Amino acid sequence: MSFLEIRNIRKKIGNIEILKGIDIDLEKGGFLVLVGPSGCGKSTLLNAIAGLLPPSSGDIVIDGQVVTDLHPSKRDIAMVFQSYALYPNMTVEENIAFALEMRGVEKAQRVTAVRQVAKTLQIEHLLDRRPSQLSGGQRQRVAMGRALVRQPRVFLFDEPLSNLDAKLRVEVRAEIKALHQNTGATIVYVTHDQIEAMTLATKIVVLKEGMVQQVGSPAEIYNRPANLFVADFMGSPAMNMLKGRVAETGIALFGSNGVVVPVPPSVTKKLPDGKEVIIGLRPEAITDDGLVDPTARSIAHIAAEVSMIEPTGSDTFLTGKVDGASFTARTRAEVVTELGQSFRFAFNLDKAVVFDPETGSRID
Amino acid sequence: MSGAAETANGTVSAGSARTARYFIYATLIVLALVYLLPLYVMLTTSLKSLDEIRGGDMLALPKDPSIAAWVKAWGEACIGVSCVGIKGYFWNSIKMVVPAVFISTLLGALNGYVLTKWRFPGHRIVFGMMLFACFIPFQAVLIPMARLLGAAGMSNSTAGLVFVHVVYGLGFTTLFFRNYYEAFPDELVKAAMIDGAGFFRIFWRILLPTSGPIIVVTVIYQFTNIWNDFLFGVSFSSGEASPMTVALNNLVSSSTGVKEYNVDMAAAVFAALPTLFVYVVAGRYFVRGLMAGAVKG
Repeated sequence: MSFLEIRNIRKKIGNIEILKGIDIDLEKGGFLVLVGPSGCGKSTLLNAIAGLLPPSSGDIVIDGQVVTDLHPSKRDIAMVFQSYALYPNMTVEENIAFALEMRGVEKAQRVTAVRQVAKTLQIEHLLDRRPSQLSGGQRQRVAMGRALVRQPRVFLFDEPLSNLDAKLRVEVRAEIKALHQNTGATIVYVTHDQIEAMTLATKIVVLKEGMVQQVGSPAEIYNRPANLFVADFMGSPAMNMLKGRVAETGIALFGSNGVVVPVPPSVTKKLPDGKEVIIGLRPEAITDDGLVDPTARSIAHIAAEVSMIEPTGSDTFLTGKVDGASFTARTRAEVVTELGQSFRFAFNLDKAVVFDPETGSRID
Repeated sequence: MSGAAETANGTVSAGSARTARYFIYATLIVLALVYLLPLYVMLTTSLKSLDEIRGGDMLALPKDPSIAAWVKAWGEACIGVSCVGIKGYFWNSIKMVVPAVFISTLLGALNGYVLTKWRFPGHRIVFGMMLFACFIPFQAVLIPMARLLGAAGMSNSTAGLVFVHVVYGLGFTTLFFRNYYEAFPDELVKAAMIDGAGFFRIFWRILLPTSGPIIVVTVIYQFTNIWNDFLFGVSFSSGEASPMTVALNNLVSSSTGVKEYNVDMAAAVFAALPTLFVYVVAGRYFVRGLMAGAVKG
């Protein structure tokens, strides 16, 4: 049974509908990531779960209890804000203990609880400081401590890493992941960063313009995006979108002078002849011969002119160009080529997904 | 100061930059002296004897300083027909100013809190009307206010004056606090709500402790205004219940015999002392930066 249910949530602000009927289920101990571009409604949805912004219609259910009309403090949730929202006039200890104090927990018990959380987060030496005396990463930890100390039913995170620098972000991301694994907490996490979504989530919800685009595990979202938007939004560099036309023997790519590749195995349905399609292929599915997945069954070799070389150290991204269409491939760092030269790329069609350009949806 | 030479770029030599700086400081010092001159005249005159005042130079230092005029102004000078000095009126003013400043500041803070963090439909109109109240001239409300005080049984009392000053000050104090709390991060209020704090707890525990600078500004502003007010004092009180400003006027204008300039000046200094005191004391607490670092960005 699902622990957190979001039932047909709609939110109108003025004449604009921010959320257009959202339905999501999350099991106990799950890590739900709401991801999408700015303005997609993900923060609005989180605020609705928190009770800070009541929805226009629909229900929020936590552990079988409808909490839609409950005050935020009565929902047994804790929230970590983007700005951390630490009380500037209180010490770290007072910050963490505040929620317990408001709930009438006795002083001795509060102290014990705070010490324990501080130990978990390794901030014991900071307890007497004020937020202004802490670094960004330390503030982040205190904010998490404030949420942890209450042992709430659901944790809500509102873009908690976006104010940290790149290195710290990776560190704290790992800490949040470890925290989830160690405590088994149920978490709803908002981010616009698709890497955060992939690394942390047990379940990802991709939102766009107030509508759910796809719900699924990170692998499902990544490998079988439901539509062109999800395919483009998740993954970096973005998925290659190659225009093609269904022919007798397969799908013709790169116009009249191009090649015909077999229909990818992800498509089970018979495609009508002459239909325009878009083949989505991630950069790591287009490689040099040395990096071809030995278990792959459907490989097509296509020669293309190299128009850009981007070494990352571990591997090199090549941009190939055929007949005006270009694509990004991920090759070994050892590959030797030059701009303008022709290069033989191996397309792993096992990994390809096919989209209908008219509806934007995936064709199965 | 060491920055003076550095800020002067290549085209200006360090020497001429320093000359310019001297000129600026000299001008500022001269202007400050001009500004302080009346205070100097008040103080020196209050320490002189009447003979010396009549015969001499207004700017000269007293030959034989004496605080006799101060003692007389405090305890013996005649205001109207009673010759008991200004001390009673001084306390009248204190009894009026302290509650009026306290109540109007507290209510202003509450108003600002509600208008920024607990917005309700029409909050703009309410704030607009309060702002409008700031710009109604004192004279326009005198007669309606007198009727109101009479009806409430508060005419010619300190309580009545407190009431008038609270009502009149509310527009300004609300404006101050609203603008200050407008910049106060909403996320802190949301966090406190989730933590389980209610309307007043959030106010007492989160907002008020971080409002130091604006409280000081409001208190200085309100204290100065209310203490220095003459019009409301003279309109809504009389005789024994008058505040200091009215008593000072009565003292200076009701001379029956010789005009005692030294006593007048001493009384005027007494009238000015509390506001000076508030500036000196509260100014020290005018420290910003408590909010720094609470919220990044």
